[in-house]
Amino acid sequence: MSFHPEMHYESGQHVSQRELRPEGELFAFTPANRERLERVAAHYPPEHRRSAVIPALYIVQEQQGHITASAIRHVAEVIGCTPAEVDDVVTYYAMFFRQPVGQYVIQVCRTLSCALRGAERVTQEISKTLGVKVGETDPTGTFTLMEMECLGACDRAPVVMVNNEYWQECQSPEDAAQLLDRLKARGPAALTGCHLKVER
Amino acid sequence: MEPVLTSHVREPNGYTLEAYVARGGYEGLRKALGLTPARIIDMVKASGLRGRGGAGFPTGMKWQFVPKDSPKPKYLCCNADESEPGTFKDHVLMERNPHLLLEGCLIGCYAVGAKVAYIYIRGEFAHVQRVLEAEIESARAGGYLGRNIFGSGFDCEIYVHPGAGAYEAGEESALLESLEGKRAQPRLRPPFPAVVGLYGCPTVINNVETLASVPLILTRGPEWFAGLGPEKNGGPKLYCISGHVEKPGVYEAPMTVTLRELIYGYAGGIRGGRRLKAIIPGGSSTPVVLPDQLDAQASFDGLVKAGSMLGSAGVIVMDETTCMVWAAENLLHFYRHESCGKCTPCREGTDWLYKILRRIERGEGSMRDVDLLNDVAANIGGKTLCPFGDAAVAPVLSTIQLFRAEYEAHVREGRCTCPADWRAMG
Repeated sequence: MSFHPEMHYESGQHVSQRELRPEGELFAFTPANRERLERVAAHYPPEHRRSAVIPALYIVQEQQGHITASAIRHVAEVIGCTPAEVDDVVTYYAMFFRQPVGQYVIQVCRTLSCALRGAERVTQEISKTLGVKVGETDPTGTFTLMEMECLGACDRAPVVMVNNEYWQECQSPEDAAQLLDRLKARGPAALTGCHLKVER
Repeated sequence: MEPVLTSHVREPNGYTLEAYVARGGYEGLRKALGLTPARIIDMVKASGLRGRGGAGFPTGMKWQFVPKDSPKPKYLCCNADESEPGTFKDHVLMERNPHLLLEGCLIGCYAVGAKVAYIYIRGEFAHVQRVLEAEIESARAGGYLGRNIFGSGFDCEIYVHPGAGAYEAGEESALLESLEGKRAQPRLRPPFPAVVGLYGCPTVINNVETLASVPLILTRGPEWFAGLGPEKNGGPKLYCISGHVEKPGVYEAPMTVTLRELIYGYAGGIRGGRRLKAIIPGGSSTPVVLPDQLDAQASFDGLVKAGSMLGSAGVIVMDETTCMVWAAENLLHFYRHESCGKCTPCREGTDWLYKILRRIERGEGSMRDVDLLNDVAANIGGKTLCPFGDAAVAPVLSTIQLFRAEYEAHVREGRCTCPADWRAMG
């Protein structure tokens, strides 16, 4: 099927790169999450509830790990816009997961300041240890390896973010495999965080 | 110079409301509420404060563009998207001196007649967002924010709005789109946001460091502020130094400082005693300069003279082990990924530039490719709705101009001629 009868995908003229979200289980916010969303939506004029789309999608991700077609429809209904408008946002921003991800999403910064201090090798080591390429999840479903563009903490290069939220700073390539072990054993508490060193 | 923006950032509880008030915090706001908005705008103009986000536009003038007689609500947006590669100053300011920013937002709102400010923070800074939200609550409890502040009749709310990973959201009109719940894509101008901004209403958009400078202008006076730096480059400035230096970090200095003082003084010189090869002085969107520009003043005007720009003051330092074709490829990977897709020259062009750079870097390029890069770049720069296009071509054009021999060596020898052990080779 093509959008236009004269444009055959097979002919090599036009290939749509549009990917459809997996439908997923029927999604609805838990009552507590719905209440949280309403508190955020109150920050904007009532006629501009659409401003709360990004916060709503973060809550979806917290609730079920990634964003499905069913969740997009629910968000659209709750916000009062079309599913296409929500999908537009989901497909644009790098922090929304459109496919299931592992328990820990390892997000290695790849941009210049981190790369100058060894980020490429950090990714290489993790990839080798897990036996996965960038963008893939290991067979146990524990780790997904991702590369991110500049995370804004270049003084602690190379930096690694985990699950959009936790941070590991000054990660050496030599220690990358152990980082995974520590994460598995102790969870995000094993990470350094990303805070300015404070004098005690 | 005694640091004024970052003076207490290393104290354990330096970020709290109590500590901030104890060191004279919110006195700028108190003073502002006793003045007319017009007087505050005059003070900011007299201080010569220029936007710290990259463009260096005079802040007072930006505020003055907001129509006073508009019946619509007015908004202030703080640009805390901080996504320019090599930049991490707002990160430190917001986490360790949040009330300085909040006070700046409140004064800005009063000056332009806004009752709501949104701090648009990049999604990756969830840990900073939590700090800001907690400190907004303490400020409200302390009566510094909310209804009838200091009994003046001025009401003002500040909300934090998260992005979700998009460099383009740092462009001011794209930031507004994102804040409205859409893709972060730029708007056609005019109309400018000062007249038609958030929700179609008059809106001022300022960088974090810009707004954090405002309380200082109120408490210490515009003359003090202007006098800190060279003419038209006044005030304290935060520099982010990263890459091959001994002590990467955020350093505060007046804009009389030189690149040499920043790199060899503050940041402790090149790591491992190696030789300096190239500097990106103002974030990845600014042209690369050679060590012969080390004595250039790191000010808005000084770096233009040196053939580059101050930008967001993200100083990226590269030593002799750095392949400049690789560096350009790395940055074009960034721009290709972050291009919002609205303008064809940028969307298609960044992809082409990346692909050509990649084949040259792998030793699969031809001599023609070097000129092809220049040609493609010439068809992106100046041909897009926002400055992203110009930003994306800066690393390509400047590295070809300064390191053409290195590009040609890659082609001639059919391999990367400057490999390094810190890269993933092969």
